[in-house]
Amino acid sequence: MIYVLSVFAFSSVTVGLSALLIIAERYLVTYGVCKLDINAGEKPLEVDGGQNLLSALYANEIFIPSACGGKGTCGHCKIVVNAGGGPVLPTELPYLSRKEIRSNVRLACQVKIREDIYVHIPEELLNIKMYTSTVERVRDLTYDIKEIRLRLEDPEEITHRPGQYVQIQAPAPGEPVFRAYSISSPVYEPNIVDLIVRLVPGGIASTYLHNLNTNDTVHFTGPFGEFRLNEDPSVEVVCVGGGCGMAPMRNIIYSIYDKWPERCCRLFFGCRSTRDIFYLDEFEKLSEEHQNFQVVYALSDELEPDETWEGETGFIHLSVDKYLEPDIKRQAFLCGPPLMIEAVMRVLAEKGMKPDDIFFDDFS
Amino acid sequence: MSETSALVILIAAILTNNILLTNFLGMCSFIACSGQIRTALGLGTAVTFVMTMTTMLNYIIYYFVLVPYGLEHLTYIVFIAVIAAFVQFVEMFVERFSPKLYFALGIFLPLITVNCAILGASLFMIIREYNFFQSVGFGIGAGLGWALAIVLMAGLRQKMRYSNVPQPFEGIPIAMIVTCVLAMAFMGFAGMVAIQ
Repeated sequence: MIYVLSVFAFSSVTVGLSALLIIAERYLVTYGVCKLDINAGEKPLEVDGGQNLLSALYANEIFIPSACGGKGTCGHCKIVVNAGGGPVLPTELPYLSRKEIRSNVRLACQVKIREDIYVHIPEELLNIKMYTSTVERVRDLTYDIKEIRLRLEDPEEITHRPGQYVQIQAPAPGEPVFRAYSISSPVYEPNIVDLIVRLVPGGIASTYLHNLNTNDTVHFTGPFGEFRLNEDPSVEVVCVGGGCGMAPMRNIIYSIYDKWPERCCRLFFGCRSTRDIFYLDEFEKLSEEHQNFQVVYALSDELEPDETWEGETGFIHLSVDKYLEPDIKRQAFLCGPPLMIEAVMRVLAEKGMKPDDIFFDDFS
Repeated sequence: MSETSALVILIAAILTNNILLTNFLGMCSFIACSGQIRTALGLGTAVTFVMTMTTMLNYIIYYFVLVPYGLEHLTYIVFIAVIAAFVQFVEMFVERFSPKLYFALGIFLPLITVNCAILGASLFMIIREYNFFQSVGFGIGAGLGWALAIVLMAGLRQKMRYSNVPQPFEGIPIAMIVTCVLAMAFMGFAGMVAIQ
């Protein structure tokens, strides 16, 4: 009896308190409509106060990159808040450098709108849209990697630079999650987006993508990413990938040969064994069409007794070291596991490349 | 049941039985938030308000819900729930009407929830068997006493910024030592009135 009474008394006290809090919230936490000014009058918006800046921008179809969905744990949603954001909160400090704090950079998900707010958002982020697409084709590349081709429905075209990525919206219990995937289709095919997806055991987005069938609907936002291809055709482009880090390279390479058929470009791709190899015949065909394209695949594991392999062996940075002549003007793009990136960065630095010319996308 | 009048209890809770300087409750926010008089005053006000209101609420809940049904073993959990909910309310209130104070208090406002002085005041009220008016007096007094202590401390620490503190004692250590000296000074009031 005493237990029932205890539980009952405690629950009624908490329920009563919660009810009071909900009523108080109703009447106290109302800020009315606030002005949200973007880029000094370029795009004035009116939003309800009390919500955070990130969701207010999302509601107005301005998609700031955010991997954690507004929990303040990824630090991607940095934007400049010039006025009306209040002081920097302790939850933001781990993600902001002193320089960023001085120039009013904030995490959009942590800024609560209490008054008129003035923000600066780079033009590029304003071009990010939410896309609706349907699955046109799903192809197995290896035993655990699939190529998924999405045909854009609304809007029908995407303008992106080679090396950029999109954020796929994957349904999850509670709120949908967003995961970044590079666009592997070239820029001259604006109405499709190809993705290369490795199945991660227990991964929400990769499981979702691997289970898609033709004509399923997929939503994503994009394009994101800082990489800019050097427009000078005399600069050589070096792409180094490992595992399933192929998508941005494929986009870069096809986009380059569409624009500059004579440009020098090399692709190094590291796999474990022969069953991890994909796209090799496609790239070999391309290298026959374009003399200045070189493709090198390397296997890091021992061969099985009945297999044959005529290409390189060992980790991919050894092949990079072997084939690259030092001190040539070049730009590099790396994509793969962090250890691979680290090793390749070291080799490229030895070859006389400056850190500014090396871009990377690590899977951490 | 203590016979002392509510007013005497109020004064005693400020001076002779200062909850911070004689019972050393609520030390964490006392040390952390006593850098500036403004912040200290804000936090002191918030604590006083929360303490007064929670002793009243807890008195009502204890004597009208818990005691009649023989549920005294729920005292702690119910008191903490009441304090937590009330702090949430204060947080909303301060955020709405004084954003400056809200940002000045920052993380310490929600931390009032776990300020042991608040729970301590409610428990003392039960242990010392105060009636309702005595409880209100004690709540206000204990809150004001805590506020007085933290404001005094903030004043001392502001002055101390210009004094030559030996390097190993800088920051928290000297604050602790100053708290002890302050506590000893308050012991001078001891014996004037007894409310235990």
